[in-house]
Amino acid sequence: MAAAGTCGTGTRSTGSMVAAASTNNVTSFQRRGPRASGADSGCSRLVSIAGTRPSVRNGQLLVSTGLPALDQLLGGGLAVGTVLLIEEDKYNIYSPLLFKYFLAEGIVSGHALLVASAKEDPADILQKLPAPLIDDSYKKECDEDVCSHKMEPDIKMKIAWRYQLLPKMEAGPVSSSRFGHYYDISKRIPQELIETSKWHGFFLPEKISSAFNVESCSLTPGYMKLLQFIQNIIYKEGFDGSNPQKKQKNILRIGIQNLGSPLWGDDICCTENCDTSHSLTKFLYILRGLLRTSLSACIITMPTHLIQNKAVIARVTNLSDTVVGLESFIGSEKETNPLYKDYHGLIHIRQIPRLNNLIYDISDVKDLAFKLKKKLFTIESCMDVRVGL
Amino acid sequence: MFPELNNLLNTTPEGAEQGKLTLLCDAKTDGSFLVHHFLSFYLKANCKVCFVALVQSFSHYNMVGQKLGVSLTTARERGQLVVLEGLKSAVDIFFRPQEEPHPLQFLREANAGDLQPLYAFVRDALEPVDCGEAAWRCPVLLVDDLSVLLSLGVGPVAVLDFVHYCRATVCREWKGNVVALVHDSGDAEDEESDVLLNGLSHQSHLILRAEGLATGFCKDVHGQLRILWRRPLQPTTPRDRSLTYQYKIQDKSIFCCEPSSEPYSL
Repeated sequence: MAAAGTCGTGTRSTGSMVAAASTNNVTSFQRRGPRASGADSGCSRLVSIAGTRPSVRNGQLLVSTGLPALDQLLGGGLAVGTVLLIEEDKYNIYSPLLFKYFLAEGIVSGHALLVASAKEDPADILQKLPAPLIDDSYKKECDEDVCSHKMEPDIKMKIAWRYQLLPKMEAGPVSSSRFGHYYDISKRIPQELIETSKWHGFFLPEKISSAFNVESCSLTPGYMKLLQFIQNIIYKEGFDGSNPQKKQKNILRIGIQNLGSPLWGDDICCTENCDTSHSLTKFLYILRGLLRTSLSACIITMPTHLIQNKAVIARVTNLSDTVVGLESFIGSEKETNPLYKDYHGLIHIRQIPRLNNLIYDISDVKDLAFKLKKKLFTIESCMDVRVGL
Repeated sequence: MFPELNNLLNTTPEGAEQGKLTLLCDAKTDGSFLVHHFLSFYLKANCKVCFVALVQSFSHYNMVGQKLGVSLTTARERGQLVVLEGLKSAVDIFFRPQEEPHPLQFLREANAGDLQPLYAFVRDALEPVDCGEAAWRCPVLLVDDLSVLLSLGVGPVAVLDFVHYCRATVCREWKGNVVALVHDSGDAEDEESDVLLNGLSHQSHLILRAEGLATGFCKDVHGQLRILWRRPLQPTTPRDRSLTYQYKIQDKSIFCCEPSSEPYSL
């Protein structure tokens, strides 16, 4: 197989690279572009980070959101250094799915993860991530990979070959260099994938000590601690380029769940004129500042339908880069509308950033609906249905 | 800069007016193309520019500037351009406490007082130097954008005070220009934003307002641009002239046309 062949020569020629990065078994299987070897490896190293690709329009580095349909709507993917804000649907049923897809994509691509939540322990969130789908062509390539390399010591699983392939998928060249995967929501992600991934968790009840000192800054203590935690990880792990010893660059995927909800200590969802009204917007501004100066991408789910002050929603939208809103049909009159009978809700792409450019890729299709099938979450245009009527 | 927009505004880089406050405003759309236009316009007009960039990083403006024919890095090295990067400074102020006062130090404070450090920064950046080695035409202050200051906890009155001070110094004293972008929140009932917008509209000489189309998204027309000339400098010219155009932003230029009266024409 051509893929396995180039991978083999790649690892042999860049021997020193493999030795230096041998602790992280994903990196030694990085697929190199044709021009990337020897002296040129410095600048190409950025392009060849697993799970990323440059944008067609402006060369901006993109990562997948975990949903190839959403990647397409956002112009190829989520740009590194930006914030994706998901406006939660009313009962918070579908937005956790997008959150999990993003994190699962990070694990499969070998990115580092930072999961922050005030409600659920990050370790539990990671356990519930969907399993990546292995399709037939995948299986064939991995099969031949095993035959040609002959380095797998555990050959005992001859019958259950699927399980033998799963740990290899994370380290395999085909999977980590692919952009965008499909996931099976009905299955959980294999434990081995979680264990080999690098993740950091921020669970608010653990981080906030009972006797907290009132900060002089107007951020709520929860946001303050979260910002310091994120900045600490970015600095220590070298995602902002501050640690020159790190030879292999990687992306940090940050996921923050239910930001702005009362569990974070913010009463912006409870009253219209609250004391900490600027806490959330300040947090977003400083977070964006952190992201712009590091190799990271962030997904935030926010219960905007609970925010009483509409002005705050407008400000939050302006301070985020990409904003996607989910509107589920549960409990609304649209549930009985024959137009939407096949779907579970609408998805609104409210904002797409113009980065390094005057224009952006915006999809022509505006009426987008989503549907949660047994295994997949799909996004379709519901215009076709209208024609039928 | 966009030559088409120069034609509509009846200006050229060589003949740019001085002592004006220009208000850029956007409603339901992104008006940042106007900021890029004025930034490249004044750099080409050989003015000394102080750019308070609060929304995006410097490299973003630089890349768009290159498409419009100016190099921000060269201008910065020459001393023609002074940039205050909001996002980068915010991280520095927040995580690495500074001893000397920083223009954006209100980020660390619980009650954001006034923008005096920011005004001091602008004044130091644009103060005309008498040594006469590289005589720039006039000082220009460009702010992108003022609505972010409201989100960061500064009151609208404090922002209006800041603009007033800048106008007094930059426009009156030094015969320069001030250009600022403000978001119009529309029906979001943002009182602070309305106070700021109304206050600035009163003081401005020229208002450029980019609006999204009332009928929604359109592939060929990105929005409508309203140009309003107010407070003419010569008392003989008629007051408050206004024009409306529809525009489409392309990769390196903008296409403007008169709004058609027929609803179905292309």
